Amino acid sequence: MSIDSVFVHKMWNDNELSKMVKGGVPFPMLSDAGGKVGAIYGVYDDQAGVETRGRFIIDPDGVIQGYEVLTPPVGRNVAESLRQIQAFQVVRNSKGAEATPSGWKPGKMTLKPGPDLVGKVWEVWKTTMAFD
Amino acid sequence: MPEEFKAGCARPTGGPVGEPEAKDPEGTTVKEKKEEQSMVMIGRKAPDFVAPAYLEGKFVNVRLSEYLGKWVVLCFYPGDFTFV
Repeated sequence: MSIDSVFVHKMWNDNELSKMVKGGVPFPMLSDAGGKVGAIYGVYDDQAGVETRGRFIIDPDGVIQGYEVLTPPVGRNVAESLRQIQAFQVVRNSKGAEATPSGWKPGKMTLKPGPDLVGKVWEVWKTTMAFD
Repeated sequence: MPEEFKAGCARPTGGPVGEPEAKDPEGTTVKEKKEEQSMVMIGRKAPDFVAPAYLEGKFVNVRLSEYLGKWVVLCFYPGDFTFV
C-alpha cells in the first residue's frame, strides 16, 4: 500500500516488477491516496506526504500479531517476516501451549511455558541458540 | 473476493471502515474519537479499510476484512519505483 494511484501501480507492475517476478505481483497493490489508511496505522508521514516502511502481520482473526516500521532508506528482510509468520502459526496451532524462544526457526525446539519451566529455561535453551 | 471496478477519470479512493464517527449536536465531528481510532496495537484488531488496488491486470476494491480466516501481511512503502 502506498499513496500512489492504481494507475501508477499498474505502470510499475507492468513495466518493472513483472521483469523481476514472472507474471508480476500476485497480490493486491493497494492505493491509499491522502494516506487515510496509513494514518490510522501510524505509518503516514504527513510532512513528507508519503507512507513509511510499515509491515503488519495480521492473523486469521484479524488481530495484529506484529509490526515493524523503518524509515525509507532501509529495506526490509523478507525472510525474517516469513520466520515470524511461521512462529505465530506454531503458537496458534498449539493454542498458546507452546512459545518460540529467541532465535527460533522452523524445526527448532519450542518452549512449553508453565510452572515447571520457571527457573529451568537455562537447562533447555542456550544463548548460542539465539544466533544460529 | 475483491470486486472489480471500471477506471474512470476520477482517481478512486478508499479509506478506513468502521463505526460512523460520533457527532455532537451541532453536527461537527468529535475530534477525540478520531484520535482514538489512530491507535494500532499488537494483540488488538487491525483497523478495517477499503482501498482500490491493482491486481493481475484488473482494478479492484479490496476490503481487509475479506481476508478473515487467512494470514495477511500488510506492507506500506513510500512510493512506486522505490525498492521495497
